[in-house]
Amino acid sequence: MAPDLECVDLVKKFGDTTAVDNVSFSVPPGSFFSILGPSGCGKTTIMRMIAGFLDPTSGDIRIKGNSVLNTPPNKRPVNMVFQHLALFPMMTIAENIGYGLRRKKMPQAQIARKVDEALDRIGLPGIGRRKVNELSGGQKQRVAIARCMVLEPDVLLLDEPLGALDLKLREHMKVELKALQAAFDTTFVYITHDQSEALVMSDQIAVMNAGRFEQVGNGQDLYYRPDTPFVAGFIGDANRWTGRIERAEGKALQLRTSTGLAIRATATDALAEGDIAELFVRPEAIRLAGNSGDLGDFENRLQGTVTSILFNGAASRVLVQDEAGETLEVTLPQSGEFSSLQRGDRVHIGWGAAQASCFKGAA
Amino acid sequence: MRAQARIGFILLLMPLILWLGLLIIIPHIDMFLISIRERISFGVYETSLTHYQKALTEPLYLRTFWRTAVMSVLATVITLLIAFPVAYYIAKMARGRLQQVLFLLCLIPFYVSELVRTFGWMILLRETGIISHLLQWAGLADQPVEMLYNDAAMMVGLVYTSMLFMVVPLVTTLESLDDSVVEAGYDLGGTGLSVLREIIIPHAMPGIVSGCIVVFMLSLGNYLTPTMLGGKDSLWFTEMIYNQFIVRSNWELGAAFGFMLLVLSSVIVWGMLRLTGRTLQETLG
Amino acid sequence: MTRTILLTGTLLAGLTTVAQADTLRLLTWGGYAPDDVIELFEEQTGHTVEVTKSNNEEMIAKLRATGGGGFDLAQPSQDRIMGPQMEFGIYKPIDVSKLDQDLFIPSMLDATMANTTVNGDVYGVPHVWGTSGLVMNTAEAGDIVKDYTDLCDPAVAGKVSYRLKRPTLIGFAFSMGEDPFAAYDDEAKYTEIMEKVEAKLIECKANVKTYWGGGDELMNLVRSGEVTASMAWDTGGWKLNDDNSDITFVAPASGALGWIDTFVLPAKGQADDVAYEWINFVMQPEIAAKITAAAGNFTASAGADEFAEDALKAKYQASFPQEAIDNIKWYPPVPAGLEIIEGDVLDRVQAAN
Repeated sequence: MAPDLECVDLVKKFGDTTAVDNVSFSVPPGSFFSILGPSGCGKTTIMRMIAGFLDPTSGDIRIKGNSVLNTPPNKRPVNMVFQHLALFPMMTIAENIGYGLRRKKMPQAQIARKVDEALDRIGLPGIGRRKVNELSGGQKQRVAIARCMVLEPDVLLLDEPLGALDLKLREHMKVELKALQAAFDTTFVYITHDQSEALVMSDQIAVMNAGRFEQVGNGQDLYYRPDTPFVAGFIGDANRWTGRIERAEGKALQLRTSTGLAIRATATDALAEGDIAELFVRPEAIRLAGNSGDLGDFENRLQGTVTSILFNGAASRVLVQDEAGETLEVTLPQSGEFSSLQRGDRVHIGWGAAQASCFKGAA
Repeated sequence: MRAQARIGFILLLMPLILWLGLLIIIPHIDMFLISIRERISFGVYETSLTHYQKALTEPLYLRTFWRTAVMSVLATVITLLIAFPVAYYIAKMARGRLQQVLFLLCLIPFYVSELVRTFGWMILLRETGIISHLLQWAGLADQPVEMLYNDAAMMVGLVYTSMLFMVVPLVTTLESLDDSVVEAGYDLGGTGLSVLREIIIPHAMPGIVSGCIVVFMLSLGNYLTPTMLGGKDSLWFTEMIYNQFIVRSNWELGAAFGFMLLVLSSVIVWGMLRLTGRTLQETLG
Repeated sequence: MTRTILLTGTLLAGLTTVAQADTLRLLTWGGYAPDDVIELFEEQTGHTVEVTKSNNEEMIAKLRATGGGGFDLAQPSQDRIMGPQMEFGIYKPIDVSKLDQDLFIPSMLDATMANTTVNGDVYGVPHVWGTSGLVMNTAEAGDIVKDYTDLCDPAVAGKVSYRLKRPTLIGFAFSMGEDPFAAYDDEAKYTEIMEKVEAKLIECKANVKTYWGGGDELMNLVRSGEVTASMAWDTGGWKLNDDNSDITFVAPASGALGWIDTFVLPAKGQADDVAYEWINFVMQPEIAAKITAAAGNFTASAGADEFAEDALKAKYQASFPQEAIDNIKWYPPVPAGLEIIEGDVLDRVQAAN
């Protein structure tokens, strides 16, 4: 079966700057695909090219196997939920949702029925006569999606639609969006700079940086098996060192940091002795212990002083300063063992070489 | 304290009261009183409606009255049709410096007096003028072409004079239209025409209505342009008012004309608001 | 009647003048108070002169709006004094004894005083006089246009212009063999004459390029060659003659229309003595010659001819052979009410297709 959306060698240049640099990907039917990247990475440009508001410099965009490069935006089987939703303020909710159907010259009665169905679907029956500015943020969100979904597009594009919502509502809408996607059984392409949105909702995520895709995979792949230092640094938190490889035996490495610390690690790229490398260790991979005997299994063991406790319920962390003077972020176990930990306490920390991913660094 | 605040309030209100009272209300009452009196002989007057009767029965006055109204509406419509794309380009398509420059270009003609602007058009359009010479030079005409002294020339002048007053409110309302709303219109299957009709025009409606009201009033009350560009058949109601007041010394009929014009413009503005389903409050606010 | 306007007018007038009584506020025509003359006067007397340029209709309208206030000296034509004075009382009598009567050409002074006398009081003395007739390019239209009605000749179609004002009505009436001045006091007769003129003007309308409104507009039309013959003032023709020797003023066969612009004292003028001083000053032959040079028209100052430019005198003599001078039709005072008849005629001509 042809993928719902396929981009092939997509390039977009604005003058001398390359906003999108040779990007290819395909989105299987019915899946939730996210493009995650910092602002300015080119993700909005990709989305606007798919919607038809921009022409690619080169490359192809196919929807259900057919190229849409010569199809204007109003004829593409693609619809878009805009960042600020772009509901039509001069129309009622029903007119907003029925807008696309009217463009298709559908009979009035049928439009009215479809609009009612869509309102039921998004759980807001009976609000058709209201004005846009009478709705709450979450309701507008759902109307914006319904407005696209009544047209039964092959692909629905969503351009950071949760950006304008407050935190609580955003958390709620993440779940709801995923549920709506399942209910409509339509392919969603979602762009965001918020990794949590991407991780929670997506079947597949493309991490984008400086116009290129760094890695495409599901949430677990990106979190546990990053391909590039950018992905390792961008997804989740990590303690990070730069240093030189002292010893390399296959995948097993030893890295000497600039502060003189020796760390055992596992190679992700091909690395040889003397190479400059970047090392990432996630806070939850580091074990906290009262004495060094409890850390017997770990290749890396350090001693340090607690400089700060960042209490945040289940996600609490401790900042530990080691003897070389570096500060490490360590997850505070919730077993109760360290509930009386205080600033200034001496602690032992350790982690396994397998949890320390090492990437070739910039020379 | 209270008394002081009250005096302060009255002082603040004073300029408005003076302006309204001295320059608007009192002269209008006076005008009205003049319009309902009839001269019997030297210095002897009687109250009567004879001037209104004359104004409403004399075919020339009625013809001029309607002609002025219809031409002003026409000038307003033409101004809107020309100004809308211009305003849309300035508000939505031009960026940064270009936007400012274009806006300034609309403004520049108003740095000179209306008289000079009208003379400018006369230089362009007259028989020995620039356009006539250009046409002959290009071989499109074999003799001098007279483009002045007709209704078309007058219309050109009126539209030109009114442009800015239509462009400014339109640019302001169009600038407040979110680009993505227009894009959403296309994205959901709209064509250029339907996006214009269903999204851009409804959004720009406050600007369209206030622009139209201003332009209509300006055209209706214009004196110079119709007289100078319109030529021997030009008939403009303000010209008749001027004639009655200044040339004929017939203030009574002139005042009656003035009141007819006031009523006409009020009725047309009211009709315009009714037609577009807006209130004066919304349009001005 | 117009109490509020009067009230505000007097208030404003009061505010601007009480403080400086030696300011002369002069309401006049362009060219009648040239800068060099004002400078000389201010130097000699220490007074200040403020000039407002206007025309007959606007002068009367302005004085009427203020009940004769706002100005200390005005200069309407002599035929526009009696009617407005009787109707609105906007002037005050002139004390002729305060004027140096030897400075005036006696016949002109007598005629003007006679024409501006209301209830035994004199309201005007003459200043500048001139005529209106035909300004034309003699090379192109000289053979065709001899009189006002010749402007309707098909040979000059689209090349003629005139004002849609009362001098045109009067001129056409004379040129059609009528005597409108004789009918001034006979409203029925006058209406009949005007109806004939109306028919002629409507018939003639297609021949007209445009009705001119201001002197500059006409000068442009004739100078550019768009108009070859027009009804206009003599000075216009003489000025254009400097640029193009074919263009000049021609007295029409039925007679040029003669006008005299006067000095009058507005009813609420506040500097009568300065006004008398000004009149005596500008009527001196040397000063009057300066005004003739600026305005292009001759004055009622006796002996000023000696000081006038030869070129202007030559043009004058070319336009006015002796029989043409004898044939000048001087405007008598306009009785009130005529202008309503004329206004209706002008309206109908304007509206005709």
